Amino acid sequence: MKTQNADTLDWYEPEFRSEITGKAAEIIARYPEGKSRSALLPMLHLTQAYEGYVSASGIAFCAETLGLTKAEVAAVATFYTMYKRRPTGEYLVSVCTNTMCGVLGGDEIYAALKEQLGVGHDETTPDGKITLEHAECLAACDYAPVVTVNYEYFDQQDTESGLKLAQDLIDGKRPQPTRGAPLCSFKEMSMQIAGFLDPRPEARAADAVGEPTLAGLHQKKGKRPVTSSKAEPPMVLTEPALDKKPAGDTKMPGKGEK
Amino acid sequence: MTITPVLTKRWNLERSWELTTYERTDGYRALAKALRKHPDELIQLVKDSGLRGRGGAGFPTGMKWGFIPQNDGKPHYLVVNADEGEPGTCRDLPLMMADPHSLIEGIIIASFAVRANFAAIYIRGEAVHALRRLQYAAVEAREKGYLGKNILGSGFDLDLVVHSGAGAYICGEETALLDSLEGYRGQPRLKPPFPATHGLYASPTVVNNVGTLATVPHIVLNGPEWHKDLIANEASAKSPGTSIYSLSGRIKRPGQYEAPMGTTLRTLLELAGGMREGHTLKFWTPGGSSTPMFTDAHLDVPLDFDSVAAAGSMNGTSAVMIFDDSDCVVRCVMKWIEFYHHESCGKCTPCREGNYWMAQVLQRLEGGQGTEEDLQTLLDTCDNILGRSFCALGDGATSPVMSSMKYFRDEYIQHVRDGKCPFGNARVMAGAH
Repeated sequence: MKTQNADTLDWYEPEFRSEITGKAAEIIARYPEGKSRSALLPMLHLTQAYEGYVSASGIAFCAETLGLTKAEVAAVATFYTMYKRRPTGEYLVSVCTNTMCGVLGGDEIYAALKEQLGVGHDETTPDGKITLEHAECLAACDYAPVVTVNYEYFDQQDTESGLKLAQDLIDGKRPQPTRGAPLCSFKEMSMQIAGFLDPRPEARAADAVGEPTLAGLHQKKGKRPVTSSKAEPPMVLTEPALDKKPAGDTKMPGKGEK
Repeated sequence: MTITPVLTKRWNLERSWELTTYERTDGYRALAKALRKHPDELIQLVKDSGLRGRGGAGFPTGMKWGFIPQNDGKPHYLVVNADEGEPGTCRDLPLMMADPHSLIEGIIIASFAVRANFAAIYIRGEAVHALRRLQYAAVEAREKGYLGKNILGSGFDLDLVVHSGAGAYICGEETALLDSLEGYRGQPRLKPPFPATHGLYASPTVVNNVGTLATVPHIVLNGPEWHKDLIANEASAKSPGTSIYSLSGRIKRPGQYEAPMGTTLRTLLELAGGMREGHTLKFWTPGGSSTPMFTDAHLDVPLDFDSVAAAGSMNGTSAVMIFDDSDCVVRCVMKWIEFYHHESCGKCTPCREGNYWMAQVLQRLEGGQGTEEDLQTLLDTCDNILGRSFCALGDGATSPVMSSMKYFRDEYIQHVRDGKCPFGNARVMAGAH
């Protein structure tokens, strides 16, 4: 699929080439005229949507499209944590080991996952399925300790649930995150981060409000009844994800009961 | 009135994030009202309300808007800082997930006031569900004529872009954010000139936090006096409004508690059910890891910008991280400094090198290999960072070190004397980094 020559765009097979060029043009059009360099960060996410990391060819593509040197693009790509320098697994598992999550159990979860997966920080399992990383604060301290898979939240984890989560991913299942949308692949997620709408209706409809989010309101109004005031029946995640893998087919232990 | 839902008032509603829900609960009424006013009237209104920026610094919002030069022939920009990443801070993401239209309405009103026709929300890259919410909300708002050309027939045009970052805490610093938004490495700029005159694309720019802008529609609808009265304590008169206090850690009910500025930790702890059973409060941060820690001696400090500053810390983002008697302060500080070391952008030497060395000294202390001399080395290093680094990231890194040394020096010394962590953390620590 790829040539080793990073100076040309030959690496992009014809059907991708027109597609990715079109998407890059859409990104550039979001910014004021003459300010195309603002498109660089989303375009780097876009290259990850195709390759799963920022390759030399991806850098060359951004440079050529935006009229920059490859050095200028590489300087940006290497600055930011989310741009991966090696192919990323289908699932990026991030364990928050910043202070709050770390002391509440995140450090233990991370140590257990390292052992289970046999990889260290920013490393991928030999089958290319899971990349593990310890992450800095993921802005969900009220749900600590948190783990994310392709940046979707798995809240209030412990070592046992963390191991179960990773085992499900190894087994080809897609556990339903505690809050937010059903999982998709790292590449699909990168496309969304590049600014292209998530096409899945169930993602748009996914609730993201857990007990800690409403803790204050519940003190004010009394607890929301267990049956929930919501008229809609609970969402049943039977729709396949974009790549036809089943979505949300596995509940987290102890997290699925309402 | 302790729990006072203003920003959080829709979070419990069915499909709270949808336009129909928002419109049914006063949504976009403030916009219609604002567009009938002169922009300068809106700036004055926000000045009169006493609203101060919720991103941490507490700068008066109306004054910031007033700094934008008018009739200067340059395009103006509004940029939203949604790069939430300060350890402990977790209130902007829930807001954007539960009520994205409140932010968008605030953006439109603010843009109208400062005469900006292009606005950008810079959201941290990892915040994917909040990103979805904002993108769909922007589509809904555009379809309804709240965004785009000739908004509600007013003649005012506004384009809004939702722009994801790529994982860099430093981009929460407003000039680093602007560099990142322009497609560069996120490194802070020399100030002055300030963004008010030379911001995005070297043009006049307002950079506001999510919570700040989401408050604006409420002020437009209810008036400045209503906002000024939202205080828990007379001492808080210069920091009016509600704050979403984000409580995390060793308490019974962690979560988001919106209350008037000046609410004390004692009150917040009552709301959150208190400390977990059998443990006592040891140390806590009033506003994130960059704000000097407090202890149980500070339970009655009104949590507002001025009162917290008077007590020797900063209100920051009301990110209240709570630790108890089972937590080792050296381990916590070590992990925070590992964070600052990882996130230092490398532009200035004091922050880049200082955090590099402090992380190693703290790892040594926590591992039981430290010396009493190390304590002085840490304080000396802080001296070389604080006030000497390019931006607030470096200054913030010194907060946990210096404040923990102030209140818990004996615990550091115990690590040295015992040759190990008295809390038995060595094994766990080895696994993490």
